[in-house]
Amino acid sequence: MQIIVNTLVLASMYSLIGCGFVMIYRTSRVVNLAQGELMAMGGYFLFTVVLALFKDPLPSFLVASIFSLGLGFMVYFFLMRFLTGESIFAAILTTIALGILLRGLITLIWTSQLRHPLEKMGIANNSHALIGDAVVSTFGIVTLVSAFCLYLGLFLCLKFTRVGLRMRAVGENPLLASRRGIRLHNYYALSWGIAAFTGGLAGMIQSCDAILEPGMVAIGLKTFPVVLVGGLDSLAGIIPGALIVAMAEAVAINYISPQASEAAPFVVLLIMLLVRPWGLFGTKEELERV
Amino acid sequence: MPFASGYFKTSYREDLSLVETRTRRLFLILLSAALVAFPFIASPFLLDLSSQVFLALVGALALMLLTGFAGQISLGHAGFIAAGAYVTAILFKELSAPLWVTLPASGLVGAILGVIFGLPSLRLKGVYLALSTLAMHFIVVYFGAEYESRRDFATGIVIKPPAIGPFTIRDPVTWYFVLLFVAVVALIFSINLVRSRSGRAWVAIRDREVVAEAIGVRVRLYKLSAFVTGAVMTSVSGCLFAYYRGFVSVEAYTLFLTIQYVAMIIIGGLGSILGTILGTIFVVLLPYTIDAAGRALHVPDRLTTYMFAMQYSAFGLIMIIFLVFEPGGLVAIWTRARNYFILWPFRRKAFGRY
Repeated sequence: MQIIVNTLVLASMYSLIGCGFVMIYRTSRVVNLAQGELMAMGGYFLFTVVLALFKDPLPSFLVASIFSLGLGFMVYFFLMRFLTGESIFAAILTTIALGILLRGLITLIWTSQLRHPLEKMGIANNSHALIGDAVVSTFGIVTLVSAFCLYLGLFLCLKFTRVGLRMRAVGENPLLASRRGIRLHNYYALSWGIAAFTGGLAGMIQSCDAILEPGMVAIGLKTFPVVLVGGLDSLAGIIPGALIVAMAEAVAINYISPQASEAAPFVVLLIMLLVRPWGLFGTKEELERV
Repeated sequence: MPFASGYFKTSYREDLSLVETRTRRLFLILLSAALVAFPFIASPFLLDLSSQVFLALVGALALMLLTGFAGQISLGHAGFIAAGAYVTAILFKELSAPLWVTLPASGLVGAILGVIFGLPSLRLKGVYLALSTLAMHFIVVYFGAEYESRRDFATGIVIKPPAIGPFTIRDPVTWYFVLLFVAVVALIFSINLVRSRSGRAWVAIRDREVVAEAIGVRVRLYKLSAFVTGAVMTSVSGCLFAYYRGFVSVEAYTLFLTIQYVAMIIIGGLGSILGTILGTIFVVLLPYTIDAAGRALHVPDRLTTYMFAMQYSAFGLIMIIFLVFEPGGLVAIWTRARNYFILWPFRRKAFGRY
């Protein structure tokens, strides 16, 4: 029972991070390898806001989210804009370099000490008992709920609003979309903003649930298996992908060794690439596009 | 294309020669003399630095063959290095095997890994391939970590200096010459490989796979051979790296190591052997340059703890600058400068590829 609860919480954490990854990929075909760093930035924004402005959790989360969103826009307008239309390899490498830069900046600004934003907020992360003596922490529940809300919101937004429709159009065929008068740069920037926001939200929750330290970017790395299992271009695929990867990780921790849990997601990734490289819900044509 | 004003090839021998023009030969002789004389005048620190450059050069050349010439993106380079280092460490610890066993064994394991993880490249391209090689890195490192913790080498594995017959490679000067030799062999191997049939096949696959297949290049074979060549060279450099440091531990083989190697070939300029050399020197020396700059500017002591983070950010920033503003890398800058001076003081249209 405990394994199931842990898997669910971990899976919703992965889907929060992976969602930004897929948003960027779907609109601009750029694979963002800096997603883990964007996530850590969210956690540090929260920490700074709590130190400097509010102690209440809700407004501090809100302000930190706005910072994350802004970071995403800035990344696009000051960096990725120059690489629109360049080769995919160059874009990937730029996101890697961006990740290194961000990680360096995090250590420069906030040092590599362990931080506890939750203590500063003055609230406790209680455990709640569930049926079958399983426990879940408050922020575990927050993770689940926010992942659910986020997916619902994104789905509605992409499906029924003007912006969502245009965003899908940009992803489908950028040339036609731009001929039709859609400003590509704005939509690419929006996708980066959403990615930084969702990643940042994941980072904030993670920093409350556990601790805040530069090493948390490692969680971002494990999202690549998640999105690949689901299909790089499929938003819905993230959820089963996250469940499978989180399950593999939980099984590896319990039955092999804690170290194995670091490698387990990547074993899943390799198996998936051998069997069905385009992922569970991805489109096969995607293989040729990148 | 002539490298110097008024130099044209008139025979096949000239076309095949590695060193064109007399001036180049002269420079090469001077360079070799300088490289041989270097260890006798250099400080131990500079000696260590140049040995590091030679070691990194082998790995960077391997990655350049794979990514720069064959066009197969790999983010698993640290995995191959770790494989070579761990094979060396395990053979040394379990069987106390000497260098002439561990070196070929590392190469062999590298070749096997190259085949296994080259296989996805037959189906996958671009991003997918990059992520599958990334997976390889984590799996290899996991096995290394598991070995360390199972055998209680949690703090790392210490390896004794290697011996070839009666000679033990221990002092820095010997190491310098051994590594110089290895680097030069790797360099000549790469140069010749690139201009041979395999190299041309790789370039064809990189530029347009379908056309390469249509003109009769065996795409599968050459893709795999690119992976195997790259993997063998890298694992051998990993083996030497383990001996040179005398210490193997998981902490050394992070994703950052891969990124450093990728940065070498990017900063140097993709698809150029000269670029690999320039990029390797640049990336290996960068942290030390930043350190030296910090000392020269009298950075206060309390800030020196930030030095590592500084290096990290500067590294990311420089990579971004090259990717955005000079995708051709250092070698593009060098080619422009050379073309400017070939007919100096007259201008001429720049030609010649990077």
